[in-house]
Amino acid sequence: MSGGARIVVIDDEAQIRKFLRVSLRAHGYETIEAADGREGLREVTVARPDLVILDLGLPDMSGTDVLRAIREWSEVPVIILSVREQEEEKIRALDAGADDYVTKPFGMGELLARIRVALRHAAKGPEEPVITVGPLTIDVGQRRVTLEGRPVKLTPTEYELLKTLASHRGKVMTHRQLLRAVWGPAYEQDIHSLRVYIAQLRRKIERDPARPALIVTEPGVGYRMMAPWDGGGGRADPGTR
Amino acid sequence: MIMEDRRQPPERDPDAILADLNETGRGKLTIFLGASAGVGKTYTMLETAHERLRQGVDVVIGWVETHGRPETEALVQGLPAIPPKHLTYKGRTFREMDLEAILARRPELVLVDELAHTNVPGSRHAKRYLDVEELLAAGIDVYTTLNIQHVESLNDVVAKITGVSVRETVPDRLLETAHQVQLIDIPPEELLQRLREGKVYLPEVAERAARQFFRPGNLHALRELALRYTAQKVDSQVEAYMRSHAIDGPWPAGERVMVCISPSPFSAQLIRVARRMAAGMKAPWLAVYVERPDASWEDEEARERVSRHLRLAEELGAETVVLTGDRVAEELIRLAKRRNVTQIVIGKPLHSPLRDWIRGSVVDRVIRGSDGIRVHVIPGRPGQLQEGGEPRKGRAKRRALPRSQAPYWAAVGIVAALTALLEAVAPLLGQVNVAFLYLFPVLFSAVRWSVGPSVAAAVAGLLAFDFFFVPPAYSFTITDLRYGLTFAVFLAVAVLTGRLADRLRKQVEAARRRETQTAALYALSRQMAAVIDLDEIAHSIATQVAESVEGEVALFLPDDTGKLAVKAASGDFSWVADSGESAVAEWVYHYGEPAGRGTQTLQEARALYWPLRLERQTLGVLAVRPKGDSGESSFFSRDRRELLNAFAGLSAAAVARVRLEEQAKVARLAAESERLRTALLDSITHELRTPLASMIGSVTSLLEGDQIFTPKDRRELLITIYQSARRMNRLVTDLLDMARIESGMMRLNKKWCDLEDVIGVALARLEEVLEGREVRLDRPSEIPLVWADDVLLEQALANLLSNAAKFSPAGSPICITVILHTGAVEVSVVNRGPGIPPADLERVFEKFYRAPGAEQVSGTGLGLAIAKGIIEAHGGRIWAENVPEGMRFAFTLPVDEPPSKETREKEGVTGCRVERGSS
Repeated sequence: MSGGARIVVIDDEAQIRKFLRVSLRAHGYETIEAADGREGLREVTVARPDLVILDLGLPDMSGTDVLRAIREWSEVPVIILSVREQEEEKIRALDAGADDYVTKPFGMGELLARIRVALRHAAKGPEEPVITVGPLTIDVGQRRVTLEGRPVKLTPTEYELLKTLASHRGKVMTHRQLLRAVWGPAYEQDIHSLRVYIAQLRRKIERDPARPALIVTEPGVGYRMMAPWDGGGGRADPGTR
Repeated sequence: MIMEDRRQPPERDPDAILADLNETGRGKLTIFLGASAGVGKTYTMLETAHERLRQGVDVVIGWVETHGRPETEALVQGLPAIPPKHLTYKGRTFREMDLEAILARRPELVLVDELAHTNVPGSRHAKRYLDVEELLAAGIDVYTTLNIQHVESLNDVVAKITGVSVRETVPDRLLETAHQVQLIDIPPEELLQRLREGKVYLPEVAERAARQFFRPGNLHALRELALRYTAQKVDSQVEAYMRSHAIDGPWPAGERVMVCISPSPFSAQLIRVARRMAAGMKAPWLAVYVERPDASWEDEEARERVSRHLRLAEELGAETVVLTGDRVAEELIRLAKRRNVTQIVIGKPLHSPLRDWIRGSVVDRVIRGSDGIRVHVIPGRPGQLQEGGEPRKGRAKRRALPRSQAPYWAAVGIVAALTALLEAVAPLLGQVNVAFLYLFPVLFSAVRWSVGPSVAAAVAGLLAFDFFFVPPAYSFTITDLRYGLTFAVFLAVAVLTGRLADRLRKQVEAARRRETQTAALYALSRQMAAVIDLDEIAHSIATQVAESVEGEVALFLPDDTGKLAVKAASGDFSWVADSGESAVAEWVYHYGEPAGRGTQTLQEARALYWPLRLERQTLGVLAVRPKGDSGESSFFSRDRRELLNAFAGLSAAAVARVRLEEQAKVARLAAESERLRTALLDSITHELRTPLASMIGSVTSLLEGDQIFTPKDRRELLITIYQSARRMNRLVTDLLDMARIESGMMRLNKKWCDLEDVIGVALARLEEVLEGREVRLDRPSEIPLVWADDVLLEQALANLLSNAAKFSPAGSPICITVILHTGAVEVSVVNRGPGIPPADLERVFEKFYRAPGAEQVSGTGLGLAIAKGIIEAHGGRIWAENVPEGMRFAFTLPVDEPPSKETREKEGVTGCRVERGSS
């Protein structure tokens, strides 16, 4: 395990902080707690954590505002805790630079998996020459994609889309982030083309496009590239799904 | 021979289409028109009805007069009929069509004979054609019969031909809007033959007159009239058809007819002429009356005649205009030019040419100023064509009525007194001054009374001057002829100044009158702008209108259930309590038309009912009547109606405004309740999900990483689970309690209990919550026992205490105070927390209420609501207030008949404490 990472938990509910503290410590993380946004920001500034777990519903300020304040000076990975009613806010937070989210109530396994992905991501350099996601290999230098060793023919847009998803594998990408990265800022609202290209891409790389295993839909939010037998982005949390 | 003028639908006349659109669901009117009685209108109508019946139409006879003719009676058989109703008027019983029964029966087609019939007083409408209009409005088709002589615009022509004037007339608009007009025509010879055979019914009394009427000459003339009238109608339909199908033709250019009316009875005839002219040209027309500011205001009769003429013009479809001005002709010409009038109809004056010579002829001046407008001068024939002879009667009455002579005698008296005075001092003044002084009585009389007395004063003054002061004194003889000139100048000056003064007075009176009306309207509008309460508005409408029209007023508005009820009235309104009266009000409310006294509809009512209309909506009804039920018909004059109309408009606007405000309030309440529901949902979701999240998180941690946890960690996770479960349990309990309170299922298990003990238990239960706080208890030495459910009471108190703790800084003290009042005990909990806005003090006890700024404090939002439910179930009162140190929540409980020490022991009251210990 990626032991020793320092995590700041910002949540106003004492009971949630308590079980997070106990569980995360048991998994070898160091935790610092904050009960509201202001205190959280202070802790993030002072403690220089490796990751922040941020509840969206805080008494003094909105989670998104806390996130924006953090993003002004830090690229620390942030995982959002939200409830189902906070979809809009959640997407705003993701667009504002949050790395991932979990919806309350959540299983500890799910949260731990997200933490691992986020930490690993942060540790990596900005550009990888070759990205491997399960059976898929993307040679960024040569713009070549292979699936289980066989080359896959992709249009330039499909390639860009796949590369964007793969370089953030395990992490949710909102519609907006994907559109901005592949098509440019002017096309941020064009979710329709995004869906069309995702469907095309799935037909080329998925074993069963109807039940995708590599490019997973996050309803209402965006897409996430998973590595089915990679173990990194697994969703092994019985009982919550 | 039957000549048909069937308007076969569909003819694409845009007006007709528009009319159809406007009047969807309106019944169709078919008129069987005849030149005179006996042509077989009723017979044809019945035959057609039989045909319709065979076609499966639901036909009903509303009213048919068979006059005992066997052929007609045979036709009546086989048609369902609605039996007539019987009305008693002045001791006699009359049979009338039962309008209400027909409306209730709602047939597809109803037969109503004799459209021109006048109903017996006491019927809903004065005229049968109004009944028919109501039937049509209700969507029922009507077949009816009419003789040409009863058509309003032909009325005087017929009278001229036959010498018989008919009072029962039907407005032309009925024929114009009729779906079909079917002319029943037989040659006069045949009609006379039928008459000889006794086949034509003639009322016995009028038989001789009627025989006079049935002369071949008359019949030919009437037949021609009927044929021409129908032909004109057909022509206009052809034209409409051609126009709508863009077929070219010589269309009359935009003509506009204007008729000038006056109080003269002859004006009615002028109006009819103008009506015919306008109809012939298919032009709009106006009826204009120029009111002189010096018009004798006291001549009610003339004013009444003018208003009757204006009403007649309105009924015939004219737009009526009343102008005020001294120069009648100039006002008329100005209006004519402004309104692009092309034809002016004016009456030839009836008065002597001398008057024209003195005052100038209006007709002459109109003609001179007409400038391209055609002027039709219609010679009047006074005495022949007066409406029902009423004006003639009126004129006779005026002549017979002795004008009050008092002012004349007074004027002469003043002259006499002045003469006596002058007789004493004349030598000091000189003749010229004496003559001048005689002008005083003249001016005084003119200002005080009117022209008549002032002229009397002038003459008397002249005579006195001549007799007493002109040599030779004490004789009327004049030696010096130059005095003749003096007298003439004196008389001219006296009469002229007298007239001027008189006119001035009248103008002042008129101005004052208008001003009062304007002031009344202004006052009402200002009052209405200020108030927003419906009751208050209704009241001010009633009083203000009553004051202005000098009558009694009642205002009907629909109540919450939509039923019309008296909302306000000036003074006593027992007269509107009558069910008949409220039926009139209902009618007006339903149809949006005025009714009652002074109108053609339901004129037997005791008041005039005026609708409060705003756009197409009727918002209420204003009932007005002269004080004490008496009063002349002049009470309902045009002036008053106009004022009433203005008041009604204002009132309608005010009522509508209040209604809109009420609706806005309802909408606001709905939005508020929506907000509350959202708050409820948010609160419950948050409160349920948070403990669930920590439970699931902790459990999954334990399940997935069993081996990595130390026993201490495991215990902490288990404690988290336990606490979360308890928290959820609290929420569920609160929700159930609330449900119990709201559904009224909370049962009180009352015993005598000791408040001090209740406080103790509550404090013990909240030990955890109150940890680290000082709780002060301030109580009198002896607290009486209260008759209550101690378990619930303890819960209420605990809720108050935990609320106090939740909304105050950690570690701050909380104060519990018990105060004794007579018959009650008050318990209060005071914390050091922030206060809440005073407006919200009531609302803190609402479910899910969150004080502003405390949205994120966890809690179910039910604690205070439950406490309120419990205290109120005990007959107590609970409230919140801001106090200097923080918030104070207090409740009282009634203390009734505290048991004496002995009974307390006897009843085992102390057992309460024991019981509680065990519970």
